[in-house]
Amino acid sequence: MAKEKKGVRLEHISKIYQDPKTKKDFYAVKDTNLEIEPGSFVTLLGPSGCGKTTTLRMIAGFESPDEGEIYLGNEPINELTPNKRDTAMVFQSYALLPHYNIFDNVAYGLKIRKVPKDEIKRRVTDILALVGLEGMESRMTNQLSGGQQQRVALARALVMEPGVLLFDEPLSNLDAKLRVTMRTEIRRIQQRAGITAVYVTHDQSEAMALSDKIIVMEKGLVSQMGTPQEIYYHPKNKFVADFIGDANFLEGRMLRHEGDTGVVDINGTEVKVAAADNVPDGANTTVVLRPESTMLRDQGYFPVQVVVSNFMGAYQLYHVMLGDVKLIIHEYNPKDKKIYQAGETVFIDFAPGDAHCI
Amino acid sequence: MAKTAQGAALDRKKLMADPIMVTTIVVLITFLTLFILYPLAILLVDSAYSDGHVTLDIFKRVLAMPTFTRAITNTLKVGFVVGILSTLIGLLFAYVEVYVRMNKAVGGLFKVVSMLPVVSPPFVLSLSMIMLFGKAGLITRFLLGIYDNNVYGYWGIVIVQTLTFFPVCYMMLKGLLKNIDPSLEEAARDMGASRMKVFTSVTLPLLLPGLGNAFLVTFIESIADFANPMLIGGSYDTLATTIYLQITGAFDKQGAAAMAVVLLCITLLMFAVQKYYLESKTAATLTGKASRARMLIEDKSVSIPLTILCSLAAIFVIGMYVCVPIGALFPTWGYKLTPLTFKWFQQVFTKYHGLKAFKDSFVLSLIASPITALLSMIISYLVVKKKFRGKGFIEAVSMLAMAVPGTVLGVGYIRGYAQGLFHTGALQFLYNSAAILIIVFVVRSLPTGTRSGISALRQIDKSIEESAYDMGADSFKVFMTVTLPLIKDSFLSGLVTAFVRSITAISAIILLVTPSFLLITVQINEFAEKGAFSIACAFATILIIITYGAVLLMNLFMRFFGTSRKMKEEA
Repeated sequence: MAKEKKGVRLEHISKIYQDPKTKKDFYAVKDTNLEIEPGSFVTLLGPSGCGKTTTLRMIAGFESPDEGEIYLGNEPINELTPNKRDTAMVFQSYALLPHYNIFDNVAYGLKIRKVPKDEIKRRVTDILALVGLEGMESRMTNQLSGGQQQRVALARALVMEPGVLLFDEPLSNLDAKLRVTMRTEIRRIQQRAGITAVYVTHDQSEAMALSDKIIVMEKGLVSQMGTPQEIYYHPKNKFVADFIGDANFLEGRMLRHEGDTGVVDINGTEVKVAAADNVPDGANTTVVLRPESTMLRDQGYFPVQVVVSNFMGAYQLYHVMLGDVKLIIHEYNPKDKKIYQAGETVFIDFAPGDAHCI
Repeated sequence: MAKTAQGAALDRKKLMADPIMVTTIVVLITFLTLFILYPLAILLVDSAYSDGHVTLDIFKRVLAMPTFTRAITNTLKVGFVVGILSTLIGLLFAYVEVYVRMNKAVGGLFKVVSMLPVVSPPFVLSLSMIMLFGKAGLITRFLLGIYDNNVYGYWGIVIVQTLTFFPVCYMMLKGLLKNIDPSLEEAARDMGASRMKVFTSVTLPLLLPGLGNAFLVTFIESIADFANPMLIGGSYDTLATTIYLQITGAFDKQGAAAMAVVLLCITLLMFAVQKYYLESKTAATLTGKASRARMLIEDKSVSIPLTILCSLAAIFVIGMYVCVPIGALFPTWGYKLTPLTFKWFQQVFTKYHGLKAFKDSFVLSLIASPITALLSMIISYLVVKKKFRGKGFIEAVSMLAMAVPGTVLGVGYIRGYAQGLFHTGALQFLYNSAAILIIVFVVRSLPTGTRSGISALRQIDKSIEESAYDMGADSFKVFMTVTLPLIKDSFLSGLVTAFVRSITAISAIILLVTPSFLLITVQINEFAEKGAFSIACAFATILIIITYGAVLLMNLFMRFFGTSRKMKEEA
């Protein structure tokens, strides 16, 4: 549907704000380089204040970068105002025009562009069918549920056939169930339209479910970019590992590399971990273990003390203490497995491929 | 780390890409500079610069005048007392309305009381005060047989101003009281406090900055008030009247300029305290929205005395207003009360050029009000939604106008435009023209409109306008298709408020009006000064009818075309 898929490129982008209390300048976004492929779905993920929304708003044109240049396709767009940019944004609050009905909301941008009346009618009708709102053209926006408003906001952005579609935490005002439905819907529609999408969220499961590529941001800097799998299985640092899913951290020292595996000394025990070319022999390192790939067994690497053992339905949740380090363990499908109780001393175990050095 | 120039430069470039915005900003800044800043600046220059050098001689000269120093103490004394009385009465009314269960009739009385000062000319109460309690007063002379009661002077001003300004305090405090979360007071009750203790230990401390705010607002209104001291002050002169007499009586424009600077300094100081200290405190203590409805006081031993007290006060105030149209019907006020006659109304039109007066006032106000409404909406839009250099200036100057007494502005215009800009003759054509009267109307109503516009716009989610901008609309289009329709109600009421304020204005305009224009308020003032109360009442009555009609028309219009209404109905 889109005329032309466009990529987005950020070159050395920085944004400086002033702290209203201390009057000190700080980098909201610092020297960020991004390349977003045409037609891909990219998510900017991070806690609040990490610079993700600022980055999105710079692409939309609401904020001006203090350093660097933004390209849409091959065109530098720093100097263009938001209304001249080939982007369309879906806002967190939906930002539907409350004095217009659905049809007029969706048609607003087309009318500004002076698209002929019958074409407007056709395109609006088509797009409303795509988002599942056919026949509701004359409803006012306050007669709609949150999910429907969300669909109008999406339709309104899509109908412009923008080069890039921007999402600013669009699902954060919906309840949990609807959020899951809508994110599937957004992904379906984005793929149908074949449109480039940049999506901002702080919800890691949303990011995983939607994205071709995730960009994790922290304090104005890009922490890591990669596919959801790369980010989840090979987090580059503690922040990413902790932010995406739950993670256990074990401090140790790299002893030696043995082909595909590394051997790490943790509390005097030698532990085999996945290839760790990033850590040289003799260096201190942190081993990351996901709760679902850590196991409690009668025998294993270290003895630990169980402090919490809760049945969660899909899995048994354990909190165990290794010295004064707390580890979280998810034992999935616990029905016929041995369940340990709080107070017991057991061993933890894991496969070398599931342990990852940062 | 220094902020690099690129972001700012880009913001500027984006702004420049929007020629309508740029033009609007430039025009606005020019307007505000020419008609608010410049007249005030020229007063300062005038009173501190003489024969080619900077001097304090003029200040020394006016400060040596006993009339002037007395006027300063008089003004402050009146302002202080009026501020306190108005705040207390306002608090009583607000408390009763928010906390006590009352029947519909009393509620209606309250509503009328809050409406009256809005639609009536500012000095109507002085008129009725004289007619009811003066030497030939209906009550003093006819009912009580007192023949020498003197209403003129200090107490006259205090009573009249208090009755005029307390509804403003009442409305302000009502809003604050409604925002106090009832659960705070319930918690105190639950811990064993009596109702009195709850009031003194919870409600009152929370309200304290708000009370201070109400006091200062009234204080400023009182010392800026011109018409009431003029009518009922007698020989008790305040700053506003002294300045007026200095120009019209002593023809000492330079002295008047120096006096105006003194008055301006007082109001600016009060305004600064109110704006930057108390307003932020009020906001800090009362941010919470009431979580649910308040349990009203049903205890009859509390509600009945309070209701009766307020109702009596309300009836008294309303009675004073009603006295004006009735006064216009008596054959001779104070001597012959029957049969009622329309001869004064007839005389207004046959003998005293009433038609021209109403036409001039009406037309000038009608021209000024849309300009004011639109300007204040544009200023609010720029201040709330846009960022650009000069925004601080626009915001500050339009708020500054709120603190400038009309008399000061009037003197500023005389000094600033009688011989043209900086006495060079430029723009001199404005002086003595209709344009300057319209400009005064606009400037005098601008702050109120801007304030209500800003609060209306703050309630609109910023992203609604951003979304329109994002979809390709430029600033002008966004303003016309999104912003303005969403604040239609505020715009409409701004329009009517501007109209009402203009047609009832007197303080600045009385210094600037020329014989070629007859303005109703000036006429009323003149007849009242001469003691021709019946004619003054007839004029005032017609004026009240016009303003009340305008307000009714607005309410009617809003009912059928208002945005909020429409959206509510369809929900």
